Amino acid sequence: MMNRTLSRKLLGSMCGISNPRLSFAQSAVNTVRELEKDEPRPLYMDFQATTPMDPRVLDAMLPYQVNYYGNPHSRTHAYGWESESAMEKARKQVADLIGADPREIVFTSGATESNNMSIKQLEETIRPDTSLVSIMTVNNEIGVKQPIKEIGHLCRSKNVFFHTDAAQAVGKIPINVNDWKVDLMSISGHKLYGPKGIGALYLRRRPRIRIEPLQSGGGQERGLRSGTVPTPLAVGLGAACEIAQQELEYDHKHVTVLANRLVQKIMAAIPDVVLNGDPDQRYPGCVNLSFAYVEGESLLMALKDVALSSGSACTSASLEPSYVLRAIGTDEDLAHSSIRFGIGRFTTEDEVDYTVEKCVQQVKRLREMSPLWEMVQEGIDIKSIKWTQH
Amino acid sequence: MPTSSDTRWQCFMRNSTQREKNYTELNMASCSRTQVISLYRMLVKESKKFSSYNYRTYALRRVKDGFRENLHVDNPKTLDMLINQARENLAVIKRQVSIGHLYSAQRTVVEKEPHL
Repeated sequence: MMNRTLSRKLLGSMCGISNPRLSFAQSAVNTVRELEKDEPRPLYMDFQATTPMDPRVLDAMLPYQVNYYGNPHSRTHAYGWESESAMEKARKQVADLIGADPREIVFTSGATESNNMSIKQLEETIRPDTSLVSIMTVNNEIGVKQPIKEIGHLCRSKNVFFHTDAAQAVGKIPINVNDWKVDLMSISGHKLYGPKGIGALYLRRRPRIRIEPLQSGGGQERGLRSGTVPTPLAVGLGAACEIAQQELEYDHKHVTVLANRLVQKIMAAIPDVVLNGDPDQRYPGCVNLSFAYVEGESLLMALKDVALSSGSACTSASLEPSYVLRAIGTDEDLAHSSIRFGIGRFTTEDEVDYTVEKCVQQVKRLREMSPLWEMVQEGIDIKSIKWTQH
Repeated sequence: MPTSSDTRWQCFMRNSTQREKNYTELNMASCSRTQVISLYRMLVKESKKFSSYNYRTYALRRVKDGFRENLHVDNPKTLDMLINQARENLAVIKRQVSIGHLYSAQRTVVEKEPHL
């Protein structure tokens, strides 16, 4: 049984509970709004949701937005030829990054379309006894790397098609589709400092993978994906891939140093913090931390100066805890208190330090308000409490 | 004045056999120590002009690390290639800095004073 002050404090430390008498709770909620005119922008720590374009990528794209605007499929004039040449150059840049042949790359509108193309139609065009395995290379919520090479070899030995969604992995970890024995791979432009609205699908030629196209039309991209290929976007994707290949090691080192700094500083300052996901088999730039006795959404709202997310952007509309965390066996209450820190090419040490400082400050503040935390401090085992129902 | 301490910056100009080989190569990417240093200074100067905090800090860091990484390069061909790359990057930075100014946004919370 909880008395009135205790119940008010409990409700006050949770977000999303509406009660007109609880002005304390209301002041903790930051309503969705755009920034004011001279208000400083929050610093960006959500690199898994999307990445800013590298200036070199924009520089490569602009000529095709301004003067070289031809349709790459026009065969009869210089506008078409120069646009096609740019598109094919981009195709080669994408192929080189993953160790493929340019003829094995199909431009799509993004990794989602590539995923749909791979999975939906493939199953229906092959014999009923064969099947398809589809695995994410690097998870977007906790950053864990899957053993793709081992899975690939296993699938090849059993004559099963292997697709991987490499959106979070391309350009961040070395990829070779032949080493890994991958048959289909989805690539997303805006996850590797390229433009939004473009992606690619890698389709192995030997042994040949046959898929039925999702959209029919003028037969572009060898009939697999009709529709004019957007040259400026393709050029951007190509440039982003080339830059990623050059900068892979340098970026990886930079991101690792910053991620370690973030995790170590936070863990040294406050207790009861859990790093979700395998500590070794992971991409360092995706740090998912659970702060016990603090509700994730309220911590996000409190950290209004830092652009973060809890869970993934594609499921951020629902209030349910992350399915990924539930799948790896995280406690329900820890799953609710998880925050994902995304570190990337452009993150600075100052940004990490600022984030750590604010995070520690807000976690301490929220824990002060939490009666659960009070009980833990007094030595009560939360799990042994039998909550009564109202 | 060449000193013993800059043997690391092996120069096209000081290498007499190369000079005899192809005189026309001189005008393109002659790698004198002063030219490399001036290229570095120009890259740093232009990078400081980015109005975006993240682009500015990245460019400065990458330029510094890039030059430091290639400090001990001896091969004149590699040096030429690196210098040409640096010149191209300088052009990219200048263009992107201008675009950034045309479409600039407010500063981020982590910047101490408004960027001039």
